[in-house]
Amino acid sequence: MFEFILPNAWLIPLVPVLAFALIGLFLHRWPKISAALSIFSIAIAFILALVIAGGVFSAPAGTVYEFSTRWLDMPGLQVDMGLLIDALTAVMLLVVTTVALLVQIYSLGYMKGDPGIASYYAYQSLFAASMLGLVIANNLGQMFVFWELVGICSYLLIGFWFGKYSARNAAIKAFITNRVGDFGFLLAILFLQIMFGTLNFGELSDSMAGFTNMTILIPVAILLFCGPIGKSAQFPLHVWLPDAMEGPTPVSALIHAATMVAAGVYLVARAFFIFSAVPQAMTVIAVIGGFTALFAATIALTQNDIKRILAYSTLSQLGYMMMAMGIGAMTAGMFHLMTHAFFKSLLFLGAGSVIVAMHEEQDIWKMGGLYKKMPITTWTFIIGALALSGIPPLSGFWSKDEILLGALASGHIGLYIIGAFVAFLTALYMFRLIFVAFFGSNKAGAEKAQENSAVMTVPLIILAAISVVAGLVNSPLMHNAFGHYINSPAGIEPHPSLIIMISSTVIALAGIAMAWLIYQKQVISAEDLKYRFEGIYKVLYHKYYIDEIYAWLGARLVDGMAKVLYWFDIYVVNGFINAIAYVTAITGEVLKFTEDGQVQTYALYMFAGIVLLLVSALYAVYTVLI
Amino acid sequence: MTVSLNDLVFVAMALVIVVAATGVVMLKNIVHSALSLILAFVGVAGIYFQLSAGFIGLVQIMVYAGAISVLIIFAIMLVMDKSVEKTNLFSPNIIRLLAGMGLTFLLFVTLGVSIWFTKFPVVPAEGPVDAVGMLANLFMGDYVIAFETAAILLLVAVIGAIILAKGAEDKQ
Amino acid sequence: MIGLTHYLLLGTVVFCIGLFGVLSKRNAIAVLMSVELMLNAVNINFVAINKFITPNDVTGQLFSIFVIVVAAAEVAVGLALIISIYRHRKSVDLNDFNLLKW
Repeated sequence: MFEFILPNAWLIPLVPVLAFALIGLFLHRWPKISAALSIFSIAIAFILALVIAGGVFSAPAGTVYEFSTRWLDMPGLQVDMGLLIDALTAVMLLVVTTVALLVQIYSLGYMKGDPGIASYYAYQSLFAASMLGLVIANNLGQMFVFWELVGICSYLLIGFWFGKYSARNAAIKAFITNRVGDFGFLLAILFLQIMFGTLNFGELSDSMAGFTNMTILIPVAILLFCGPIGKSAQFPLHVWLPDAMEGPTPVSALIHAATMVAAGVYLVARAFFIFSAVPQAMTVIAVIGGFTALFAATIALTQNDIKRILAYSTLSQLGYMMMAMGIGAMTAGMFHLMTHAFFKSLLFLGAGSVIVAMHEEQDIWKMGGLYKKMPITTWTFIIGALALSGIPPLSGFWSKDEILLGALASGHIGLYIIGAFVAFLTALYMFRLIFVAFFGSNKAGAEKAQENSAVMTVPLIILAAISVVAGLVNSPLMHNAFGHYINSPAGIEPHPSLIIMISSTVIALAGIAMAWLIYQKQVISAEDLKYRFEGIYKVLYHKYYIDEIYAWLGARLVDGMAKVLYWFDIYVVNGFINAIAYVTAITGEVLKFTEDGQVQTYALYMFAGIVLLLVSALYAVYTVLI
Repeated sequence: MTVSLNDLVFVAMALVIVVAATGVVMLKNIVHSALSLILAFVGVAGIYFQLSAGFIGLVQIMVYAGAISVLIIFAIMLVMDKSVEKTNLFSPNIIRLLAGMGLTFLLFVTLGVSIWFTKFPVVPAEGPVDAVGMLANLFMGDYVIAFETAAILLLVAVIGAIILAKGAEDKQ
Repeated sequence: MIGLTHYLLLGTVVFCIGLFGVLSKRNAIAVLMSVELMLNAVNINFVAINKFITPNDVTGQLFSIFVIVVAAAEVAVGLALIISIYRHRKSVDLNDFNLLKW
């Protein structure tokens, strides 16, 4: 079976694409059939992914299966398309199909009664196909195509409720912000094609080994990193992700938490050989990642919208992954990507469950005491939060620990401190959310809340179970099996340290304890803190005013530019065009006098032409004649 | 350099033609011009006879000096409702007149110089005995399509001329 | 000794006289007559060249007959046009016909 599936791995994205086409073309009138078809197709993809993962992980570590075919052949340009299947791909395939399958099932409950269910599932299928295509691409060009396709799906799904003004704006914002990053990405691809004549990962890796001109590689690597900055919402292009929460919550779970935003991290992992060859680029990645982690975690402390808290948490965790990549702990970064995909989608789906129960209420201060009404949601949410906070033995503990370990082992003490502090903040804001929303006293809207149907809770339970155990695959208990398969020769592979484990556990517990003191026992008054640190609170609440700065810059820069270009258009471009028209008109005014309407004048012109020709012909043969 | 009778006939014919042609352009009375034109046609027919192209000469006399001349005279008769005095004047546009004169002179000089200095590959021969038969063979052989087309052209021209001269019926 | 050159020069002279007539006369019928002169000049050239350069052939004469045929058609249509115009404008003066101008 594996022997058949492996060279035909393109079937994995093809099945959802077929579902998309069928729904889009024929089935959009029947929402239930559309949903069933979409879920069926992603289930097939899931099974295929399982087979591939089984095959890859039963083969010796480091085995790479690659199938390539010529797409475009021109003098000086050969473009291939193909499949690259290794452990990295297999992990991503599993993560994407698992989360996508559960999210699509969950959406049956969440999207119930929505008039646009058919198109919702069509977009979901297209997204799944694009994401899977991105994962199995064996070259940067092909990857870029799918990279843009997931961007389109993200745009469509953020703006899914396009009747809402904020949703439309958020969709446009996401698209434009990504465009900035993708521009750099595309430039980097062109540079690599020019410099190495290939975009194939394997061939690039080989030619990188003999490449010595590192100076020129620095801008290329940084441009290449622009793609992940946009897609994975790193500072300063992070602004779109919190706004993307305007989309349906399952979309946020799948695209804006688990899979698409992780594509940036995946790209860094895929092209790790390029980045690792350029220490300066690695530093940039690590610093941007670390900064984003801290920056977003602090904002998350002050937000009141349940989805926005999770969105900033996602930003923070993506920063964590980038930081891991930047310090060379590629394995740890990918490991965290995997565990994060599970527990963050669990958290988002839990939040979605709460939102449904609360009838579209997203403010955590209007919830409270939900644990009595919605036990399954509450407990799975707590499992997710514990995993995110890094409490052993849940998955987040193992992956976060490895990143911190990598930071210390590679000598980045500053980044270790940031990482540890972010871990503390993470525990704090997650349990702030839990204590406020799920415990505490009932608020008005929470009275009538009740647990959702099985179609929504079962995915939660499955994801919770995965969140608990997923971390074990790279734990010392399983001899770091994950790292054994996914490793890079340039990456670092530190030995586990008990002290780090204990200290990070203590840090996480401290965060939880602090949240408990402030928001549950109210020993420390939250209001009091708010007033005491009013300045800081305001800055954090307004997300460091980044949006306002961008708006101001946009107004100044874009409007100024527009004014200049307007002037240029009116006076230079239009002037030129008008000059042409004017000259033509004047010429016509003068030449019209040659057209006096008299047939003999025209005959005169005609014979003048003939005589002119004759005279010139005579002149040409003058010497021959005389 | 001996002057043969043939040469004298040519000179005479050429003089007749040039004088008659000049008359066509210069005479102030359109009827005189038309008569002068007939004379020129006859002169050209003489040139054809001299060039041992008797058939063409006959056609020239019948078609030009006969049919076309009659047509032209009839047309003059139809369009001249008043006196025929001063009916064939030059255009009042002096600039165009001068330009036409210059142009004509330039053309004459150009062509004349070209002809005068060209060495033609003259082949001395008596020519075919049965020129008319050869013409007939060509018309019904190699050039049959052109011949038929010319026939159609004539038919169309005759019908067209009738319709034009008769004038379109007033539809109002 | 009269040769081809003289016949061609005669053709040139007649052609130029015709051309001058076309360009300078104000009566439309006179212009048409001048055109006939030009066509005759061409025919002289055809027949003369046929006689002197390809004397065993009659192609030049053949083409002069075609020219005569076309000229006949042209005269018929041209005169019909002039008569038609005369009906509408009561004039055959070409200087009166300048509707097609700016």
